[in-house]
Amino acid sequence: MVKKVLMKGNEIIAQAAIEAGCKLFFGYPITPSTEIIEYLAKHLPKAGGTVLQAEDEIGAISMCYGAAATGARVMTASSSPGISLKQEGLSYCAAAELPVVVVNVNRTGPGLGGLGPMQSDYFQSTKGGGHGDYRLLVLAPSKAQELYDLTMEAFDLADKYRNPVLLLTDGFLGQMMEPVELKPKPASPEFDRSWIVNGAKGRKKRIIASYALSNEVGEAINLHWEAKYKELKEKEQRWEEFYAGDADYLIVSYGTTARIAKSVVLNARRKGIKLGLIRPITLWPFPEKAFLPYKEKIKGAVTVELNTGQMIEDVKLALECKVPVHLYRRLGGMLPTEDEILAFVEKTFCPGLEEV
Amino acid sequence: MMDKIILAGFGGQGVMFIGKVLAVAGMVADLEVCWIPSYGPEMRGGTANCSVILSDREIYSPVIDKADYGIVLNQPSYDKFLPRIKSGGTLVVNTSLVNLDTVRDDVNIIGLRATDLAYELGNANVANMVCLGALLPYLQLTDYAKVEKALEQVVGSNKKELLELNIAAVKKGMKRAVDN
Repeated sequence: MVKKVLMKGNEIIAQAAIEAGCKLFFGYPITPSTEIIEYLAKHLPKAGGTVLQAEDEIGAISMCYGAAATGARVMTASSSPGISLKQEGLSYCAAAELPVVVVNVNRTGPGLGGLGPMQSDYFQSTKGGGHGDYRLLVLAPSKAQELYDLTMEAFDLADKYRNPVLLLTDGFLGQMMEPVELKPKPASPEFDRSWIVNGAKGRKKRIIASYALSNEVGEAINLHWEAKYKELKEKEQRWEEFYAGDADYLIVSYGTTARIAKSVVLNARRKGIKLGLIRPITLWPFPEKAFLPYKEKIKGAVTVELNTGQMIEDVKLALECKVPVHLYRRLGGMLPTEDEILAFVEKTFCPGLEEV
Repeated sequence: MMDKIILAGFGGQGVMFIGKVLAVAGMVADLEVCWIPSYGPEMRGGTANCSVILSDREIYSPVIDKADYGIVLNQPSYDKFLPRIKSGGTLVVNTSLVNLDTVRDDVNIIGLRATDLAYELGNANVANMVCLGALLPYLQLTDYAKVEKALEQVVGSNKKELLELNIAAVKKGMKRAVDN
């Protein structure tokens, strides 16, 4: 076993990128994501890579587009307002099918917002923040080791599907220090590299672009993307279950709040309430499959989110509205406590219990 | 077993550093550890705080609602975090800068003039370590030996003088806690 080290979430992401063979990082600093570019500026050159602080976020994502087209492993990172600026570029990367890894350390919004943690960018991340009918593969880690493992895997997934991958964390996960085992990256499979533009000497020229004026051609490309997104939905849904098997009620939560929810589940069980948790690890594709065994069985669900109700829509769809789904949320950078979530669960599902 | 600890003071008083020493002391003992800084506007002036959880099993919620233990280095931190200590918990207070007019009967308050004690060692900056020393006898999952090892790692054994100063401060705090 590799010895564990104590690191900040943002630094873990940066170290994982180096380990995954990321050679180029383009970014523009913004709290609470800045440690990523800071750490890479110090350590990536030693690993033979380059970090460039772009003139702005739009420049950074455009540089990622260009670098990815040459077949390089490339990453950018930012926080909510900066991620908004990258949306046009992300849409272009999705259209050109470029494997770019993007990190969003979600802070509060809308607008410039504040520096606290929120999950307010769920819609932007999963429903297409830029124009056009594209999808990003969205990964939502919830602890240090998962930040490391999923960041490394994000590069493989991006290469495998030729699609941008978004790692969605929040200010809390980014700033928190936890022990992490910096394992060497498992070997990557061989990826198709027949599309990269690395000099056409001696071969037919290749063009990477997203311009399709003919409607017939446009439809054909869109059908190709649709097939890819279907494959992602089929193969890449991921989730974790925690005391879900015999649960009467389920909490659905990801990232930071899923951690708090686990404590709530244990507290509820001590009180005799059969509560469980489903923690989506991929937010897109949303893990609909996780809910199949439960939609006829449970009596109700609560999503715990740091927004006014975004993921709840996907949970209702996954449960086909067969049971009531409620929302418990905190906003503006505040986090819920274990006690307040449990009190909400009791009030909602076991109203008699409180008075006992 | 789990120790939930809140640390607070002015920016520059070394609050994050106490947290880091505790977290590394936890790592030394192969515990599960979680260190969370206040990273928001506090860092840009005002009070800074930091929370540390040490645990012998997986830490689910990293968020501390009520802490078992606390160290407060200044008045605003005392006012803010006294209500956040669990009933039966322990709070170490730097009485060089905190007025103990309001107390709680259900919290074990260890007051010591940490800034003055640090001055006696020749450096007011180690008031944080004096307070850490005063808290150590109460913690379940760490002790002096682990903290000493942690300091060697965090300060670096090549900075011998600084290391010795920090260790002397921890010892001074421990002694004061025992005398209390």
